[in-house]
Amino acid sequence: MARTVTPQRKLFFTLAAWLVALLIFFPVLWTILTSFKTEASAVASPPELFSADWTLQNYSDVWARSDYPRFFLNSVIIAVGSTLLGLLIAIPAAWSMAFVPGKKTKDLLMWMLSTKMMPSAAVLIPMYLIFQRTGLFDTRIGLVLALMLMNLPVIIWMLYTYFKEIPSEILEAARMDGASLKNEVLYILTPMAIPGIASTMLLNIILAWNEAFWTITLTTVDAAPLSAFIASFSAPQGLFYAKLSAASTMAIAPILIMGWFGQKQLVRGLTFGAVK
Amino acid sequence: MGKIVLKSVRKSFGEVHVIPSVDLTIENGEFVVFVGPSGCGKSTLLRLIAGLEDTSAGTIEIDGKDATMLPPAKRGLAMVFQSYALYPHMTVRKNIMFPLKMAGMDIESAIKKADAAAKVLNLTSYMERKPGQLSGGQRQRVAIGRAIVREPAAFLFDEPLSNLDAALRGNMRLEITELHQTLKTTMVYVTHDQVEAMTMADKIVVLQAGNIEQVGSPLDLYNHPANAFVAGFIGSPRMNLLTGADAAADGATTIGVRPEHLDISTTAGKWKGMVSVAELLGSDTYLHVNVEGHGTMTVRGGGDIAVRHGDTVYLTPQAGKVHRFGADGKNLV
Repeated sequence: MARTVTPQRKLFFTLAAWLVALLIFFPVLWTILTSFKTEASAVASPPELFSADWTLQNYSDVWARSDYPRFFLNSVIIAVGSTLLGLLIAIPAAWSMAFVPGKKTKDLLMWMLSTKMMPSAAVLIPMYLIFQRTGLFDTRIGLVLALMLMNLPVIIWMLYTYFKEIPSEILEAARMDGASLKNEVLYILTPMAIPGIASTMLLNIILAWNEAFWTITLTTVDAAPLSAFIASFSAPQGLFYAKLSAASTMAIAPILIMGWFGQKQLVRGLTFGAVK
Repeated sequence: MGKIVLKSVRKSFGEVHVIPSVDLTIENGEFVVFVGPSGCGKSTLLRLIAGLEDTSAGTIEIDGKDATMLPPAKRGLAMVFQSYALYPHMTVRKNIMFPLKMAGMDIESAIKKADAAAKVLNLTSYMERKPGQLSGGQRQRVAIGRAIVREPAAFLFDEPLSNLDAALRGNMRLEITELHQTLKTTMVYVTHDQVEAMTMADKIVVLQAGNIEQVGSPLDLYNHPANAFVAGFIGSPRMNLLTGADAAADGATTIGVRPEHLDISTTAGKWKGMVSVAELLGSDTYLHVNVEGHGTMTVRGGGDIAVRHGDTVYLTPQAGKVHRFGADGKNLV
């Protein structure tokens, strides 16, 4: 029997959903609002959500004090670079796992996923030393490699899920039609998986953009992305919440806008295969 | 040319021997149908010919050349799949042109060939549509068009009509038969529908558990089944197979009588029974009769037969129409 949805029930769940959404978004909202306050009202007690004296001074101070465009460019290069490189490796890997699986494919997938559960701090020292000795420390290419490797299991898993949805008969038809492996991937698999590849790309750019542990640890100046840019406002003169919030807003704004416009694709990507 | 020869072809998946050993010759221009129950290995055999599965042993020759180790594209064959397997992101024209593009043909020639194939298949007005905008029959025609443009040595069909409704299936059956008569190219067709097999084939290959039970023309199989399995599988409704004293009286372990070879009487006959179901088809009436000692037997009567559910009838096999099978199931000629 179908469950009846009364107007009261609908109203209750709508309000509950808005409340949960607000709770999740509240820290971001607080940060954005604080970025427009003076330092005094930012630390006022009791805290005030809306300040009486709005200001853009924090943004001009942050812009004047640091080289925002350089940090931004580093973030773009690291996030997009690591995602593209990851896709280059993950597409053939996911293809082979989805269409010519071996006996241990499932185990391999589980093992790859399990590496995501390892605490990053556990490999901090070896990673740091490797980066220093190979000359990758504080380089964009070093961070591209590190973040690509870190997110590779997620990229492969997502693409694997997409590829599994593509009927193998279509690829067999392409083979019968004379397509080489390269052409099969290029002309058939990739165009059919474009929605999946796009949402995988989007999610991984967000993951790479937001990554802070390795980007702060493995950089100093040259390759430092926006996560390091935010961190630079929490030392050594003390915490200046309004300026820190302005820096944070400047760091998260690009990805927030991108996420907003790509949310439909992102949700589709994350729930793909969950229901037929 | 399109002669295909299978020599001791085997296929195993681990310990499971799907095709124990098959020897078969398909002559150039023949329409050969592989038929058998689900899981008998008919699709696997087709996929082995196509190169989509590797053989475990044996050789496959196409036009006199050993093709066993060749990849699908190098075998000169074209395949039509059960699910059509069209490329959903391409238009009908691009779908049909795809094999030509892969073969490196220039665009203008490829368009000309695709348009010519579309004309043959009545697809001209759908060339700019995507597969999702087509009906099942149109999609199947696109799949055939994609196969035609390659000018293959042989066409392979893997249950191509099983996703279509009954009326469309009948039409497509005719279209494929006409296509074979026009192109005169070898066609290998897999189906579990023995009506398709009977109406389309020059030669039927009946398979069971990966073994070939009999190879022959449709009427040859119908009139002279090699064993009780073929006798029971070919023909619709199925042949009535009886064991026991009646079979022993004919010097056989099993005897078989086709539904149309049983005479019906309401007064006297060899076997007495009660009509459990009468299927009135207009032109014919199929009677399902519970015969004492033999269970249900099927009889084909005329459309105007005045027998209904619950009536008592007597059945008598027509002279010379009883098939006799030994203990090993083989026909005792």
